[in-house]
Amino acid sequence: MAIDMRQFHQTFFEESLEGLANMETELLHLEKAAANKGQETVAADPEILNTIFRAAHSIKGGSSTFGFEDVVGFAHVLESRLDAMRDGRLTPTRNVISLLLLSVDCLRSLIISARTGKEGDNNAIDSIRKQLENLESEQPSSPPLTVPVLKPPQGTISHWQITFRPHLHLFHTGNDPLRILRELDDLGECRVQVDISSLPGWDQIKPEECYLGWKIELIGPIPRETINEIFSWVVDDCSLEIDRKPMQSLAPRSIAEAVASMDAQAGTLRVSVPKVDALINTVGELVITQTMLSLIASNFSFDNLSRLFAGITQLERNTRELQESVMSIRMLPLSFAFNRLLRMAHDMSQRLGKKVELIFQGEQTEIDKTVIDRLIDPLMHLARNSLDHGIELPAERLAAGKPETGYITLKAYQKGGNVVIEVRDDGRGLSHERIFAKAVERGMVSSSSNLSPEEIAELIFLPGFSTTESVSDLSGRGVGMDVVRNNIRSLGGSVEIATQPGRGTCFTLRLPLTLAILDGLSVQVGDQTYILPLVNIVESVRILPQQVSRPVGSSEMYGLRKEFMPLLRLNELFHVESRSTDFSQGLLVIVEAEGKKAGLYVDDLLDQQQVVIKNLATHYRKVEGISAATILGDGTVAMILDVPGLIRLAHTGTVHATPHAGDSPASSMATPTLN
Amino acid sequence: MESVHALGLKGPQTSDKQFLTFRLDGQDYGISILKIQEIKGWDKVTPIPNSPAYVKGVLNLRGVIVPVIDLRLRFGLVEAERDIFTVIIVANVGGRLAGIVVDAVSDVINVDSEHLCEAPEYEGQQNREFIKGLAQVEGKLLVLLDIDRLVNPESLDKTTAATSVAVNG
Amino acid sequence: MATILTVDDTASMRQMISFTLNSVGHEVIQASDGKEALKLLQGKKVDLVIADINMPNMDGITLVKSLREQAEYKFIPILVLTTESQEAKRQQGKVAGATGWIVKPFNPEQLLTIVNKVLG
Repeated sequence: MAIDMRQFHQTFFEESLEGLANMETELLHLEKAAANKGQETVAADPEILNTIFRAAHSIKGGSSTFGFEDVVGFAHVLESRLDAMRDGRLTPTRNVISLLLLSVDCLRSLIISARTGKEGDNNAIDSIRKQLENLESEQPSSPPLTVPVLKPPQGTISHWQITFRPHLHLFHTGNDPLRILRELDDLGECRVQVDISSLPGWDQIKPEECYLGWKIELIGPIPRETINEIFSWVVDDCSLEIDRKPMQSLAPRSIAEAVASMDAQAGTLRVSVPKVDALINTVGELVITQTMLSLIASNFSFDNLSRLFAGITQLERNTRELQESVMSIRMLPLSFAFNRLLRMAHDMSQRLGKKVELIFQGEQTEIDKTVIDRLIDPLMHLARNSLDHGIELPAERLAAGKPETGYITLKAYQKGGNVVIEVRDDGRGLSHERIFAKAVERGMVSSSSNLSPEEIAELIFLPGFSTTESVSDLSGRGVGMDVVRNNIRSLGGSVEIATQPGRGTCFTLRLPLTLAILDGLSVQVGDQTYILPLVNIVESVRILPQQVSRPVGSSEMYGLRKEFMPLLRLNELFHVESRSTDFSQGLLVIVEAEGKKAGLYVDDLLDQQQVVIKNLATHYRKVEGISAATILGDGTVAMILDVPGLIRLAHTGTVHATPHAGDSPASSMATPTLN
Repeated sequence: MESVHALGLKGPQTSDKQFLTFRLDGQDYGISILKIQEIKGWDKVTPIPNSPAYVKGVLNLRGVIVPVIDLRLRFGLVEAERDIFTVIIVANVGGRLAGIVVDAVSDVINVDSEHLCEAPEYEGQQNREFIKGLAQVEGKLLVLLDIDRLVNPESLDKTTAATSVAVNG
Repeated sequence: MATILTVDDTASMRQMISFTLNSVGHEVIQASDGKEALKLLQGKKVDLVIADINMPNMDGITLVKSLREQAEYKFIPILVLTTESQEAKRQQGKVAGATGWIVKPFNPEQLLTIVNKVLG
């Protein structure tokens, strides 16, 4: 049967031009938003990006169906770029947006050519297409469009043995085993044997479920792909084995196995078998402990008291081990994140004409999957920065007496409850003079301020700071070091920088092992209990009123061994009635984050405990000064304090010219950690 | 599926017309029963620092942290003493949970569309956005609330901006 | 013959699909997105649904999910339209309850082969 496809062309042209017009409007909106804010990039609404993507996607689909090859080719390149943008792999900078606008023009001209049969300006279109293809996104573009070619059936006769056991829910996918059997039967000589071994008793049969399985022998000149094709819709809904009867060379892999080895999809974890075994062992021990405890309880006498305590100790140990086992399941080696840098380093060093080698150390160090996922971007940025600004050109390196090839070392190790990652390069190091001059020029610090080299290096973390004169098109994607620091902070970690002129720069990232559990200290303020993360606590001291001072225009300061730090009264901050206003009644907990200290005034210290972190924003929203909530042993909820946020608040309340002096208290509090 | 029916439009299921009614300062209110997950007695909540006064705090609902809103305070009424009738209605709006403190729950009733009418313009300006409509039931006036709006995080945020700047050392 | 619902936001694809299916005697209902499809169905009997994935208002994945939640459409075949490179979308479609997929681009003959296959 032949259907004349030309009858649909007019509709295709019209809707494509309409789609392009919409796309253009949305792109212009994006650009305008960027221009209004005076920014290079825009935080685009995902729905807008989706609309733009969909227009290109529809044009590609339509043009390939109706056979407009020129349109398909261009639309495919455009679509893959837009897909990258939608996924956040490609940042919509103003340059990118203008290129996309030009692409809209190209596509429009291609469609008009297809409609009128007149050639457009192919050179211009090719040049735009090349630029699109060269747009750097953080992953290679999707493979070029290939039209599936069915392999001609091979002449050799095969004897296939297929075991097909649909899962109970097969009918719920709208699939029918009978259809599959019929199709197999069409291929060649087919013998089918039904397997009723899982058929339940009559009274238990649910008509909506599929209990039958089949063993199929199929003989004919049938390639494996043809059989796979028939089962392709149900591969995930059955257990399937397809074997060639006279065993040839290697045992063929089953489809189920092949599917299982495919990359884990989002939201799933691949767990090594030893980890699962460890978990099962621990659960086994827990069951034994439980049996023992119930035995003691069932005929309890005070003679058994010591056995009861021993049992409880054992229970505690089991619980802790179980917790560790379960947490370890979420852990992934950092190599997952590190490996993502290789391609970027390769592409970038070629483009810059630099020689660079990436060295990984301790990449087997494990960290929570959530942390890994959110670590990739900051790491990518740091490595890109080192490559672009740190590592010198080969000639420059030789002149400085260094090897031609520069090294960027990523080193990971575990230290206490933290994972430390160092990103170190042996490049030219940061120029303190230039940083300081730049910061003065931008009005971030006053030219008379006297800053230590460390404080100057810290300046690069300020929003809107960039060390190169012109924003390079490689690392300067409008994402600055401030974003890196914020990302790491949002993971409950910190970034530090150390640099030596001529020798190189080292960024040190400290990250919590997991985002789910926290070692905390519970403190009492009035009738409320709050949790302070243990990592932030330096010490707690009794307050001597004479050590509290209030400099003019500043908040209260506390002097401890010649060191002055801001003092925050949690009861005032949180509007809770304190047990007493007399300082000597309470305690000061000295906390530290990002190299800064503050004293938190509380009524009492309660207990050190591990708490499970519960997100407040799931059903409510982020709260200033609070990073999350948890549930205490008695079932009540307690707030976990956002120490870095509180310290920032305490420090920006002062008049001292610190690198953060530009921040208003409100804005620094507006970025609480952990979401 | 989120139902997008305008007020009083007939839906395929009867439950569309079912409302849980409760009392607040002598007035009867109703919430669509489809949005209600459970009702529980008043329980102590943990206050959230620097939140609007009507957000009483959070509650541990079987391991889930749920914010609790005092509807009297939300509507600018005087806070009431908690007694044995005080309950928390836990609403589920698009997967987001929120508890609402009311004086007492009364009944589940059917409201036919012919008994429904739009809230008149002169009704309290401030809270009008939360009112979905009015209904006459057995001679009494029932105010039907738009629970989505009431517990919507944006509407919670709007008012916080003003009240939370007090955070300063 | 069968009643088939086709859901696609591009009119040319809808036209092509329904013309092809009409030509062999099937009845075709057309919808431009998931929302419209649900509105048109309202419990009406159909033998097959062919839905695009990328659509405004309600995409194909969500449509499949909501159809499978309704008793009338629990067991009917639902095919999603994907492109060669959209392996992930195909899997999402399967998870949502789609019966299978048709890979774009396809021509009328390929469409009919697959439709005949699922209608048995």
